[in-house]
Amino acid sequence: MTAILQIIFDALSLGSLYAIGALGIALIFGVMRLVNFAHGDYISFCVFAMLWPSIDAAAVVFAGNLPTFILIPLILAIGAGLSVLSEILVFRRFRNANPATMMIASFALGFVLKHFLLMLFSSRPKSIDLWSNLSLPVEVAGARIPLLQVITIVITILILLGLTAFLKRTRFGLEMRAAAENFTMARMLGVKANRVIMLAFAISGMLAAAIGLILATQSGTADIQMGVSVMLVAFIATVIGGLGSLPGAVIAGFLIGGVSVLMQVILPLDARPFRDAFVYGAVIACLIWRPQGLFAPKSAKQRV
Amino acid sequence: MTILSVDGITVRYGRLTALRQASLKVDEGETLFITGPNGAGKSTLLKAIAGVVPVAEGAITLDGKVISGGSPEDTARLGFSMVPEGRHVFGSLTIEENLMLGAGMRKDRARAGDDLAAVYEVFPMLKERRDKPAGVLSGGQQQMLVIGRALMTGPRLIAIDEPSLGLAPKVIDQVYETLLELRDKRGLTLVIVEQSSTRAMMTGGRMLLLRSGEIVLEGDARSLARGDTLKKAYFGYGEH
Repeated sequence: MTAILQIIFDALSLGSLYAIGALGIALIFGVMRLVNFAHGDYISFCVFAMLWPSIDAAAVVFAGNLPTFILIPLILAIGAGLSVLSEILVFRRFRNANPATMMIASFALGFVLKHFLLMLFSSRPKSIDLWSNLSLPVEVAGARIPLLQVITIVITILILLGLTAFLKRTRFGLEMRAAAENFTMARMLGVKANRVIMLAFAISGMLAAAIGLILATQSGTADIQMGVSVMLVAFIATVIGGLGSLPGAVIAGFLIGGVSVLMQVILPLDARPFRDAFVYGAVIACLIWRPQGLFAPKSAKQRV
Repeated sequence: MTILSVDGITVRYGRLTALRQASLKVDEGETLFITGPNGAGKSTLLKAIAGVVPVAEGAITLDGKVISGGSPEDTARLGFSMVPEGRHVFGSLTIEENLMLGAGMRKDRARAGDDLAAVYEVFPMLKERRDKPAGVLSGGQQQMLVIGRALMTGPRLIAIDEPSLGLAPKVIDQVYETLLELRDKRGLTLVIVEQSSTRAMMTGGRMLLLRSGEIVLEGDARSLARGDTLKKAYFGYGEH
């Protein structure tokens, strides 16, 4: 029983990261049909924003030393700022370009960000100590669960509830949902394109920052590659969930997290090193079964 | 009083010229029908005014302000409300959300509530289903919804592209009845694109015929209907 509980918490906390990542990608895809591959690099950027530039192995913590109640809003603001800036400087020029061109532009932006970090910090992963006491276990119904897992899950639930309330209850949310369904029509009703898109980028950047904070606390390292693996899975989750569907992205994120953890448990020992192959095999099977994704929105077809 | 003036606009899609040197003026409170065969450039004309497709040459002024080269949202905010072909309801939004979306740019937000009540009065069917997703509505109901939504923007001019497309004749009558009633009650200006000129003749107003991207005929809808100038213009002058 406690083992099962442990698996459930593992699955939920891993799925949380994928779900938040997928949400960040799906939000932007929704309003401008851009798959933003730089998203993973936003994650790394936010982590390194806590450090002072240096190429030493030990991180010189800078903003990371700030008290929690300042540090978290600061990093979220950096994520939002970076994301909005990339919209203004880069993606705005490609507004009417075809999706493939925009995707390549996002790859390029990702490389620029990565090499910018590389220049300042070198490629060596650095150890970073953020709220390390959170890795202590707590007892939940007899099972010993790291506190950080519980916090990750709670934060994710709060983010999902907050975002749902924002989308359903506010004027901005209404405009974003309308823009995601039919951007041109929304504009013809006076919805300001730039405002909606910048808002989507800001939220997406904050979600990236949240992942950065969680990952850095979990792993205790700052690594330039750390955002990329999450980004890849998150991207797959948005596809499986049905590109453009926010609930689909979240559910698929949790699904992939769950399957990964489950495979780790049920696969025979010899096969476990190849777990990811099995996970991606399941992804392929899922896409063959439903190529449009599990929850494809009707608007996904095309924009007029 | 001219509310909308289009001066020699040309619209190109790549190498294809969809609209060639088109000019027209719309007076406040009038009803203008734009008719013509398939591919004549009717929708393109409306889209160019709405700011959805770029204008290669010429200028469009709404209420004295140049709007060509601007964005769709700016044009909408100046009082031009467009109901495009195919209606484009936001299927995943509720009916009320669809309507309220139109009210977003109003400076007098407080009046949006009154307007919503007014729209519900004209279309009681929408009120009954206000919390249902708009995607469940039938074609005729969706047409009512988009007209209601256009009204919520507080427009001075409504442009409708093919309001009768895909609707039963009885429903079309209803749509027109509502439109003309609104025109008279609110002093709205209507620009209606219809492929069939019959509807224009029945309704009355000014009519303009587009063919192959050019305006080939213009006049009073009813008097045009009497002779066979219209038919000739529609199919081309004695080309067959």
